[in-house]
Amino acid sequence: MSQKILLSAKEIEIILHRLACQLIENHQNFEETVLVGIQPRGIFLAERIQQILQNDYKIEEVKTGRLDITFFRDDFRRSEKPLEANKTKIDFLVENKRVVFIDDVLYTGRSIRSALTAIQSFGRPKEIELLTLIDRRFSRHLPIQPDYNGRQVDAINEEKVKVNWVENAGEDCVYLVNK
Amino acid sequence: MGELSVNHLLGIKYITKEDVDLIFETADHFKEVINRPIKKVPSLRDITIANLFFENSTRTRLSFELAEKRLSADMVNFSAASSSVKKGETLIDTVNNILSMKVDMVVMRHPNPGAGVFLSQHVNASIVNAGDGAHEHPTQALLDSYSIREKLGEVTGKNVVIVGDILHSRVALSNIFALKLQGANVKVCGPKTLIPKHIEKLGVEVETNLRKALEWCDVANMLRVQNERMDISYFPTTREYVQQFGLNKNLLDSLDKEITIMHPGPINRGIEITSDVADSDHAIILDQVQNGVAVRMAVIYLLASKIKQ
Repeated sequence: MSQKILLSAKEIEIILHRLACQLIENHQNFEETVLVGIQPRGIFLAERIQQILQNDYKIEEVKTGRLDITFFRDDFRRSEKPLEANKTKIDFLVENKRVVFIDDVLYTGRSIRSALTAIQSFGRPKEIELLTLIDRRFSRHLPIQPDYNGRQVDAINEEKVKVNWVENAGEDCVYLVNK
Repeated sequence: MGELSVNHLLGIKYITKEDVDLIFETADHFKEVINRPIKKVPSLRDITIANLFFENSTRTRLSFELAEKRLSADMVNFSAASSSVKKGETLIDTVNNILSMKVDMVVMRHPNPGAGVFLSQHVNASIVNAGDGAHEHPTQALLDSYSIREKLGEVTGKNVVIVGDILHSRVALSNIFALKLQGANVKVCGPKTLIPKHIEKLGVEVETNLRKALEWCDVANMLRVQNERMDISYFPTTREYVQQFGLNKNLLDSLDKEITIMHPGPINRGIEITSDVADSDHAIILDQVQNGVAVRMAVIYLLASKIKQ
């Protein structure tokens, strides 16, 4: 197994600020906007973006939730490993809100498809956008594209994009792992 | 998240501590789901479940039906009263006929102990035991433990007394297995005639004085006297039973500590428990009912994930 660095901590920081600015451009004061991190790996990115918006760009309150999509996935009983559920924590109604889904890597698009179904349990959003750190081009199974994107990557199926955060792995770094 | 060690839930006797932990962890997620504005997930869209009730039930049946619906499974209901069982069909024939209509899972309540085990050896489907005679009622025991865990933080090390008709109670037996499995201390309390001989072999103590039992315990699980299963008289009069084993507010207030009161239902108010106790803050009877749906969703979900396509 070999791995190479796709993004360093410095690059990630720059990208996060750019993504935050792009969000501000579209959502201004975030009164009608909520961020939703997709469990399990999108929550770190969502919280980082929230912190940058609140601390660096002085936006008063950016509502952020966590959405678990396990029970909405389309590969129940099809995958080798049993699916692992995580906590959903959405303390607000998304009725008529502008929702931004946040996930670390966009690959086949199936997770986002599940998230689109799952979020309906919390109301009817006005619109839904998608923010990802890494977009793996040419590997989509569904017509889903990000609205805000950190870096596009061309990776073959045998390769894996691994996103590490200080919160879960002790460092900010994105690797391309050759299995 | 792991996998259950079994393909059927026939009784607590047949599962492990890890299975119980996994079921509770999954039930936590489902409890969150059933408190959403839209209480439904599409996980089991391609699973069909038959609910076979050869014995009366309101709560358990409703709870299983809701659990199945909230998981988006298709379900069919069957009650013995209005079926070919009355015409002399055997259990295996009845179930195989239902399975040939492409049913993946069977939830069964049956008056004969061991009916679930028997069925699991003869038909090709996941079986969930929803009560078999005086043998086991595993989902009830799971939801009872889950409710204790929710109220007191954990089950391990807690003192639990099961009061009432232990002899005829599948809830008592499953609860003893489940509580011992999780490391709780268990006593049973009731008239000697309603306590099975040799029950100490299961690792429980027998106490015939309700006050002493209550002073010892953190949780009291009050069982109903199952008159419908009694072929002879086990105690002189109902009034005498109430005096010795009925839980009332005076008795509860005279203890120098707070205990949690549980009841699997249906309650006979004024017999095993008085109304003011059943409706008090100590009682978690309605929490048990709510948790029942989440726990049953977890059981069905985890068993369904083991059905191969």
